Amino acid sequence: MNKEINLKTLLVKKPLKLDCGKTINNFPIAYETYGTLNEKKDNAILVFHALTGDQFVAGLNPVTNKDGWWSYAVGPNKSIDTNKYFVICSNVIGGCLGSFGPSHKDPDTQKVFGTNFPVITINDMVNAQYNLIDHFGIDKLFSIVGGSMGGMQVLQFISNFPDKAKTVIPIACTSSHSAQNIAFNELGRQAIAADSNWNDGNYNTKNTIPNKGLAVARMAAHITYLSKKGLQEKFGRKLQEREDLKFGFDADFQIESYLRYQGSVFVDRFDANSYLYITRAMDYFDLAKQFNGNLSDAFKDTNAKFFVISFTSDWLYPTQENKDIVIALNAIGADVGFVEIESDKGHDSFLLDVPEFLNALKNFLDKSYATV
Amino acid sequence: MKNEFKVIADLVEKNTRVLDVGCADGVLMEFLRDNKNIDIRGLEISKNKVQKCIEKGLTVIEGNAEFDLKQFPDKSFDYVVLSQTLQAFLNPELVINELLRVGKKAIVTIPNFGYWKVRLHLLLKGTMPVTETLPDQWYNTPNLHMCTIKDFVYFVRSRNFKIFKSLALNEKNTSLINNKNLEIKNLFSDLGIFLIEK
Repeated sequence: MNKEINLKTLLVKKPLKLDCGKTINNFPIAYETYGTLNEKKDNAILVFHALTGDQFVAGLNPVTNKDGWWSYAVGPNKSIDTNKYFVICSNVIGGCLGSFGPSHKDPDTQKVFGTNFPVITINDMVNAQYNLIDHFGIDKLFSIVGGSMGGMQVLQFISNFPDKAKTVIPIACTSSHSAQNIAFNELGRQAIAADSNWNDGNYNTKNTIPNKGLAVARMAAHITYLSKKGLQEKFGRKLQEREDLKFGFDADFQIESYLRYQGSVFVDRFDANSYLYITRAMDYFDLAKQFNGNLSDAFKDTNAKFFVISFTSDWLYPTQENKDIVIALNAIGADVGFVEIESDKGHDSFLLDVPEFLNALKNFLDKSYATV
Repeated sequence: MKNEFKVIADLVEKNTRVLDVGCADGVLMEFLRDNKNIDIRGLEISKNKVQKCIEKGLTVIEGNAEFDLKQFPDKSFDYVVLSQTLQAFLNPELVINELLRVGKKAIVTIPNFGYWKVRLHLLLKGTMPVTETLPDQWYNTPNLHMCTIKDFVYFVRSRNFKIFKSLALNEKNTSLINNKNLEIKNLFSDLGIFLIEK
């Protein structure tokens, strides 16, 4: 992580009571904006990032020196057209790119929080981010958009602030983390905890980082973002820069080498404790439970126009879980559209160049902007 | 817009809520939204056609009427429209029941298998009829349960559904169907359009 980069930050003075019972105040939210807020302030779109995302949606990410995580969808003339819309995205609390998180110092003790950071939830994340729309003086967002954990935040946001968005686009997500979702997250957390460098989360004091554990967590998670077919087509049993098997445990196969690479680049940009906190927030997410088991009640106070999108090969947040959101909305006569996009790119489809998806997103936004 | 849609649009009162089941590329939906101030939703099975609807700014849910109508609450629409699709379902009776549960009224149109051209085709050629309304061959048609106007009227009566209006379409002509002219309409109409209620 590169700490020298100057990140845009909003210091939230207003106390925020977290679901865990603790209250935080004077905490930073790091954010980025794209495009221009118009005079009527009716062209703002709040984008929520996924587990390992950050505020750098588009353009060049100054930390990684790579394209922003949603460069296919956000930018001039793209689906979320920054010539037309004002895009805001912030790093979630618990994250590691400037927003209040476990790598920050506890103001009381002046020690890095580590696992003393309060456990946060998706609800806490969106409540924290709400301060941004106040900051910009926006009365009503034109849209809230996000995929995966970003989609969960979209659902929680409109439930918490039913009249603060005109359109709502949850993508490749769920209203409740499944046992399988939790299982994969637990695998990642245990990989981190099994790294002796993790040191119960106090690695900052020893200056040793649990890179190996975090890399394994990322490798395991990365598999869940792809489809079997996609992996088979891209890698099959192809060998990595060798003519034949070496009868050892080096990366003989391209897929092994690819996963190792994904793990190694991830540890350069992500904090292990943040990984624990954010996966925990996802696991705790159960929107229906917040409304005594009736998901429809989460949306009963909003007139927003919803557009739910899923992908055929996404087995992490499969179509049926996205459809459950649609069903809950239809049960209360909400304005909801739904499309399942054909793609063999797995859960990651929403981040990639999938034209049918990008077109649907653009058409929905542009047509809605003209009418709502 | 095809004549059938004009007739359907005339049956729908202004400022109401309508669900178009099997809405295809949304031609009828667009007309109802723009001309009758209808709060319109569509249900469509084809991904391609769903995309077409999104391009038009229409609210469409990708889904299959046989499984996905059940998510809509009772009487949550003033009208539910089903245009020339009933015969393609595995269980048309179940779909009709769902239409009448979800909608206060249903508008159902059926390609008439009793149309003289259809009858003549089978009589003279001895092969399964292929007409403008029924353009597919027996081996690739999506139609599983063809019926005639008479069949549909008998079915609706047998279930004690109310028929508010029965219309027969033949090319550009629209006419009312009643008890007296049922045989004639069943012979000379290409399409039947029914406004019904449970």
